[in-house]
Amino acid sequence: MSEHSDSDATRRDFLYIATGAAGAAAVGGIVWPLVSQMGPNAQEIAAGVPIEVNIGDIEEGRVITVTWRRKKYFIRHLTAAEVDAAKTKEQGDFRDFVTAADRITGPEGGEAVWSVYGANCTHLGCIPTEVKENGDTWRCACHGSRFDVIGRVTKGPAPVNLPQPPMVFASEDTLIIGTDKVGA
Amino acid sequence: MSGHSTYNPTSGFGKWMDARLPIARLMHDSFVSYPVPRNLNAFYTFGGILMIMLISQIITGVVIAMHFTPNETMAFESVHLLRRDVSFGGTLQSWHAVGASMFFVAVYIHIFRGLYYGSYKAPREILWILGVVIFLLMMATAFMGYVLPWGQMSLWGAQVITNFFTAIPVVGQTVQEYLLGGYGVGNATLNRFFSLHYLLPFMIAGIVILHVWALHVTGQTNPTGVEVKSKQDVIPFTPYATVKDALALVVFMIIMCYFVFYMPDYLGHADNYIPANADVTPAHIVPEWYFLPFYAILRAIDFNIGIPFTEIVLIDSKLGGVLAMFGSIAILFLVPWLDTSSVRSANYRPTYKVFFWLFVVNSIFLGYLGSRPAEGIWLPLMKGSTFLYFAHFILVMPLLGFFEKPLPRPASITDAVLGKNGKETTSDPVAAE
Repeated sequence: MSEHSDSDATRRDFLYIATGAAGAAAVGGIVWPLVSQMGPNAQEIAAGVPIEVNIGDIEEGRVITVTWRRKKYFIRHLTAAEVDAAKTKEQGDFRDFVTAADRITGPEGGEAVWSVYGANCTHLGCIPTEVKENGDTWRCACHGSRFDVIGRVTKGPAPVNLPQPPMVFASEDTLIIGTDKVGA
Repeated sequence: MSGHSTYNPTSGFGKWMDARLPIARLMHDSFVSYPVPRNLNAFYTFGGILMIMLISQIITGVVIAMHFTPNETMAFESVHLLRRDVSFGGTLQSWHAVGASMFFVAVYIHIFRGLYYGSYKAPREILWILGVVIFLLMMATAFMGYVLPWGQMSLWGAQVITNFFTAIPVVGQTVQEYLLGGYGVGNATLNRFFSLHYLLPFMIAGIVILHVWALHVTGQTNPTGVEVKSKQDVIPFTPYATVKDALALVVFMIIMCYFVFYMPDYLGHADNYIPANADVTPAHIVPEWYFLPFYAILRAIDFNIGIPFTEIVLIDSKLGGVLAMFGSIAILFLVPWLDTSSVRSANYRPTYKVFFWLFVVNSIFLGYLGSRPAEGIWLPLMKGSTFLYFAHFILVMPLLGFFEKPLPRPASITDAVLGKNGKETTSDPVAAE
């Protein structure tokens, strides 16, 4: 190999790398839209704005189901007995412990008697039904997970508690799900 | 086995074509003169049956797709319109739905056949791996097809299965949203599943071609597990294997027709005749029967796996269940290397034979458990049965190769055939059958 061809090789290396880089960028540019189109479309995202729920009519001990972003959420108006029961449970009862105070909430200046959590089981997404047995409140028919009155998992394959959505009380009677800031 | 071609075109056109695109030669060498071991039994007919089933599913699928509307408000109606108002629509829909079940009947027999006769052992590892790939594609296709009628089981099946992906740490939620095309199962999901359900069978057909190619390079196994050694050991594919495959196909089709014409809904689920409703989960979600063993394995893992005596969770119950379920299929890829015995056929492996049948019984039992609710006595049984499933691959297969004393094997296929008949030699292949 002469010195001349050495300098040729360097130039060629540069071209190889430049061509390769351009090719990689082109492949990336083709793949990007193909993958991106899979995601939620603009209508789906627009329909996913926070929802306002009137909770003034929900009596003590009752639960309602609302939908936000195609997922169900339970809004539960706890009785005093349910609040006490939830607060006296111990870590040993739960797989994914969160203190009751973190999951029982209320409007500013109002009573902390509300518990709001996802209605789709954290295992594979079925909707649990209300059973009230052995201290559990919810049982998922799909794979047998059980949850207590404020949505903490007690048994079964669900790895974590039913998730709490981002939420905020706009007033005594109005709960907003989907954001944790009023007026957002 | 791919030896000298015996194709000999006689017509002028045949010669002209053969010099340009020798497709007739390829077909002749692959399906007419192709030599097969003379001792193949009925269990070896399921490969051919599966190929016919794939073609049958594609033809009926293309036809019923002409009547299907992949839209969340119209899909359910369109399927029932097909069943009631389209000429022969009920039969075609039923043929396609029952066909999916029969496809799995055939593939399970085909897989167990392979496990019994050691069809995965060298030099057939790639052949086996391609088969497992086909099995996975079949499962994906069947699952997406079941979503299309948009009944309750369709929707909730889609919900449960796509939730598997949320078990992936960190990005799971986003992955699921991209699979569904929304925040939950909806119109976008139905639409893309229809698109993919149409695509995948053609991908299966592509892999089937590779599967058959690999088969024709290594040649078939046979019940003795002894490789073909001489021309005496083989007979031409046509007419011997074609006739045998055709007979098996006729028997198979009679069973299928009984379901199609007399019990079209027997293998389905009543809940799928209720239109999809995202507000109500059916009381008892079960997949189609052919997924039940895997469903039992999924539900058997209801505990976190972590570092003992700490609260550190390495694999939570959900990820554990999903990993176990996918693992139960993925482990099939490793079977050629997990089995350490040099003897191919279970006919000459007295201990493996016992474990094989235990494995079959356990697999069927897992299927039964998959149909039971995940509570009470069923949970420990699911765990035990799941353990036995994996133990067969991880403990039994590797260890038996060292401890088992195999029976003496025949010197050749011809020896085995003649010895079994106990008669003196005749090289007439028909008599050997």
